[in-house]
Parts: sequence; C-alpha cells; structure tokens
Amino acid sequence: MTAPQQPNSFRTGPDERGHFGIYGGRFVAETLMPLILELEKAYGEAKADPAFKREMDGHLTHYVGRPSPLYFAERMTKHLRGIAAARGGNGGAKIYFKREDLNHTGAHKVNNVLGQIMLATRMGKPRIIAETGAGMHGVATATMCAKFGLECVVYMGSVDVARQQPNVLRMKALGAKVVPVESGSKTLKDAMNEALRDWVTNVANTFYCIGTVAGPHPYPMMVRDFQCVIGNETREQMHALEGRLPNSLIACIGGGSNAMGLFYPFLDDKDVEIYGVEAAGHGLNTGMHAASVAGGKPGVLHGNRTYLLMTEDGQINEAHSISAGLDYPGIGPEHAWLNDLGRVTFLSATDEEALAAFQLCCKLEGIIPALEPAHALARVIEIAPKKPKDHLMVLNLSGRGDKDLASVAEHLGGKM
Amino acid sequence: MSSTRIDNRFADLKRQGRAGLVTFLTAGDPDIDTSFAILKALPDAGADVIEIGMPFTDPMADGPAIQASSQRALKGGQDMKKTLAMIRNFRAADHATPIVLMGYYNPIYIYGVDKFLADAKTAGVDGLIVVDLPPEEDDELCLPALKSGLNFIRLATPTTDDKRLPAVLANTSGFVYYVSVTGITGMTTPDTRAVNASVTRIKRHTKLPVAVGFGVKTAEQARAIAQCADGVVVGSALIDALQATLDTNGKAGASSVGAVTRLVANLAAGVRGARRGAR
Ligand SMILES: Cc1ncc(COP(=O)(O)O)c(C=O)c1O
Repeated sequence: MTAPQQPNSFRTGPDERGHFGIYGGRFVAETLMPLILELEKAYGEAKADPAFKREMDGHLTHYVGRPSPLYFAERMTKHLRGIAAARGGNGGAKIYFKREDLNHTGAHKVNNVLGQIMLATRMGKPRIIAETGAGMHGVATATMCAKFGLECVVYMGSVDVARQQPNVLRMKALGAKVVPVESGSKTLKDAMNEALRDWVTNVANTFYCIGTVAGPHPYPMMVRDFQCVIGNETREQMHALEGRLPNSLIACIGGGSNAMGLFYPFLDDKDVEIYGVEAAGHGLNTGMHAASVAGGKPGVLHGNRTYLLMTEDGQINEAHSISAGLDYPGIGPEHAWLNDLGRVTFLSATDEEALAAFQLCCKLEGIIPALEPAHALARVIEIAPKKPKDHLMVLNLSGRGDKDLASVAEHLGGKM
Repeated sequence: MSSTRIDNRFADLKRQGRAGLVTFLTAGDPDIDTSFAILKALPDAGADVIEIGMPFTDPMADGPAIQASSQRALKGGQDMKKTLAMIRNFRAADHATPIVLMGYYNPIYIYGVDKFLADAKTAGVDGLIVVDLPPEEDDELCLPALKSGLNFIRLATPTTDDKRLPAVLANTSGFVYYVSVTGITGMTTPDTRAVNASVTRIKRHTKLPVAVGFGVKTAEQARAIAQCADGVVVGSALIDALQATLDTNGKAGASSVGAVTRLVANLAAGVRGARRGAR
C-alpha cells in the first residue's frame, strides 16, 4: 500500500459516498440501504436548519448540563512532575481533564444520543434501538427516549450485562427493554449484529441510534459532528484559561466517538499532538486485546471498512478488554484514515495499566473515572513527565466510573 | 458476458414451464465430508441451483439457523480455500448445476478480490451473492466479478422501491433474488400475495429470472411461490433439518445427508407441482 497523500485539510471527510480515504463506505444489506439514504438526507436537512441547532443547544445547556468543565488536575500534575523530578528531569505537563463524566447520564455518549433522538423525532420514527457495551450509550439512549417519549430497545452482550449491572438497572428504570445477546463473543460486536438484525426486521418504524463513530455512512460523520461539542468547548475554554491552544490531546478509543469529538476541531492545528489510546487487554503480544490499529488490518464489518481484528481467513476475532466500552474489534473509519496519514498517533494501555490509573485518579483528584478513559490516563501518566512544564495536555475524561466499581473490586481482590 | 450455467439453467426451466428450486447450505456444516456428501446429492434430490454459504463469524443478515451453521462450519475448520476446493471436486462430476457462492464481503476482501475471482472461476463457481455489497459499492466486487465472467446476483427487498430498483438491477445478472420479507433469514413466513405482487413489479423492470427466498420452509409455501417466481430459495429449513440430526456435540450422524435430501425432494415436488399462471 502506498502512503496516502497528505490532504490540505484533515477536516474534509467523508466524501459523498462516505469514504475517508479507503475507509468508511456503506457496506449494508439492500434492505437497509434505502434507510441510510433517507437518514443521510434527513441529517443534511437538520444540519442546515437553524431551529434544529437552537433546540439542540437548549437541551445541551439545560438538560445535559453543558458546557462540561475543563478542569486543571492539579494534584495529578504535581504527582507526575514529582515522577519527572525523581528521574532527574524538571518537566511534567500541565494536565487538564475535559469533564464529560459530569454530563447528565455520566458520559459523553449523551451528546450524540441527543442529536440522533431529535433526528428520529423529526423523521417520525417512534421506536429506537441501540447497541451498548459499557452501558453508557444504552443509558443515554434510554434517558433521551424517556425524555422524548419514544420506545427504546437496547442490545447488550450477556457478558457485558453481567459486568455492567448498575447500567442495566438504570436502563430498566428508565423504561428501556434490555436484550442480552448470547451470540458470538457476547460483547459489543455481537450487540451491534443483533441491533442490525432488529433494524432490518423493523425498518418501517425504527431508528438505529449507533453509539460511536462507526457503522455505515452517514453514522461516522453524524456521530462525530454531534460529539464535536467536546472539542469546540475545549478550544474556547483553553483560550479563556491559558490564552492559547493545548499542546496535546489524548482520549481512549472504543469505536472512537469521545476521541473524535475532542480531536476533530483541532485536526488542522498542526502543532497540536493527538493521541488515541486503544485497549491492550492482557497485552498486545497475547492476542487478548482490543487494539485494532495496533493488531488489526483493514477489513469490512458493520457497514464500514476500517482496521479490524481478524484471522488470516477474514473471520472477525473476539476482542478482550477489562473495559466493556473498549471491547470491540474495530475502530471508526475516520480514525483509521487519520492513523494512515500520521495525524493521530495510536497507543494502547493494558488492563493492569488502566486499573492503576483508575486508582490514582480516585486518590489524587477525587474523581472516579470510567475504566475507558482510565486507559487514556494510563498513557498520560507515561507521557506527561517527559513533556516540559508549559506543555498543556488535555485528557478526555469521557465518563464516570460508578458502573465499574464492582469489576474493579473483583480484579483487585481485597486490595481496593 | 457469454451465457453462464445460471443463464442456461433458467432458460431450461423456462422451456420446461416450471420454476426452479434453489437450495442454500453452509459450506463445511457441520464438517467438510458431510457437507460435500450433501452437495453431491443435491442435484439428484431436485435442486436446480445450488447456493453455498461462505461461513462468516458475523452474519448480520441471518437468523439463528444460518448463524449456527456458520459457527459449526468455522469450528470445524472451514475456510475459503476449503470451500473452493469442495466446489472444484463437485464440478469434476457435475458440469451443469449452477453454483452460487453466498456470504459476506470480508472473507472475500481478505482473500483478495482478484485472487478470489480467479480461484472461484476455476473452481467452477457461476455466481456470487454478497449480502453487504449494495450497488453503492459496486466498484468493490460486482464490476470485477462481471468482468471475470461470474454472475453477480443482487438482492431486491421490500424496501427497494420503484425509484431505486433500476439502480439495484443495473449490474445484476444471472437472476434477481427477491427477499420476501424485511428481516433476517429463516424467521417470518412470506405472505404469498404480497410476494407475487412484488415479483410482478420487479419483472416490469427486468427480463432476468426472479427467485424468491427468506422464510420459505415447506413444500406448500414453495408451491405457492413457484406459481409466480422463477425460483424458490430454501435455506434455513434445510439447515434446521440437518441440525436436527446432529448429536449434542454438533457431529453429523448416519441420517444427516438423508434428512436434507428428503426435504429437498419434498420441496422440489412442491415447486414442480405449481400451477403456473399466464406469463
Ligand atoms: C465512558 C466511556 N468512554 C469511552 C467509551 C468508548 O466509546 P468511544 O470510543 O466511542 O468514545 C465508552 C463506551 O461505552 C464509554 O462508556
């Protein structure tokens, strides 16, 4: 493969067929094709309608609770500067957390769900389906369906149902039906298969609310657009706080929606370093991980071409991560493209590293992070001490960790 | 493109004044030997066109029966090479029965499109049905397949309206596969009258034969659909029949091949017994 040409702007994708370079596209069954064309049209119209944006901004302010704070993580910064000093250096980046955990429902997922549910209402679809891994997208969807008076069905792998019980209960309390998925690896990938099967069966009245920047066009673009509120706010807030752009951004990657939302508004700011962190599970060399850029290759699944974990015969491998939200064998197509172009650097963190970062964040900052962003924090802990003190680093703290306490306690044994 | 075994078979059926039975089974289900034994027996049992599923871990458009068959096949070590080898062996003895490979794009993409088309052609494959390649992605496989002399059979569905139908039919060849229900394979039973109306609608747009599938389970249903359609596709019901003969470990038994061929014969009788309306 020849290296793709560097574009003038990294913010031009996708093309009208939904391609980011060779990635993306619309690889779906014919039954669904008319639906995604209809969705694309409806989204285009909504995007151009000032009333849609006005309504959305109102809900973001008064219901979601935006803007979310850009918080200076002072003790974390001090701690990592201490590590730098112990190594004889005198650096240590200044660390900010973008507090998506403080949104209503406890994660960034709600930004996207609000947009999609408003769109579903506009399209006259009374029934909403969603897939969920960690349950945060499911909770956000159940929440918005309650608020907008829509029927809600959430597909969730039975492994995830077991390890994210608090979210299952939240969804049920909010009136959603949670369907445990028993096929395949019984995690996020299989939940998505089952949601697609539902959609193909109930085309007339159903809207599929995808939880990340993946799936057939226009989903990767649409979800990115709805999540961009994260990066846009960060830009403004950083200007207000420091009078300049951040030096680096870092976010965890499941499908990549919290990351894309933070990254996208900065893609053309060439001096801003951008890092995505995949889940390395038991370790990249064990085969038990969810790092599709590090350990996968381009293939086609769930409506798009992207990096996927698979066998030599093109069979999709099961992903492994302590974090249900990262336990997916693929990544959004725009990330795949940005990786090939070298604009975003993809790193990974193991289960152990994420657990350590989770504990550190609790103790130093009084913030219980979700295990997903704890993966990104694990790399912050490694990178920040190597940067100078005037380096401004933004971590997307994509969600809160109440949902993870039981599995963290189990992994740590009596040590919590 | 010169005429393929598929074209010839449907021309033949037309001369006989009847619809054809199209069977679907997954390659390597539950093991390669049983799968090949069934394949060899299908033409004599009454299959006019044979669809062979290329197993995939994530068959998004398929119901529980075909999902399970894919999993059994993969567990038994089935891969693309073995599937193509099985067809090559079949072709050594049968030069007339059309073979259509059906499945999802990723295993083909990873095998390599050019190599796949070349190897499939040499093995004796006549057509392809790839569920997750709509006309919007024709550059990927459809156009190269047509160039290499393979039919590319497209699915038309209840959501494919008159406005979209021409785009769906544009690069379709061999036959049109009408998906009789919105949904996954093997679940709901199609409503014969609605199906007939749809087949008539499609035929207004194309001269290609139209085969109908998804949810056809019994000889009765096959007979009803064969009154209007040029082909009736049965998959999940055959897989259910096969599955019923497997032991608790999913292993085939002495009755496995016969269970499938008996149902095929039964369905073939249904199809052949259809009273054909004015054409
Ligand atoms: C808190 C949190 N962060 C991150 C993710 C990963 O998704 P994405 O990569 O789309 O942001 C999830 C998914 O469930 C999540 O709950």
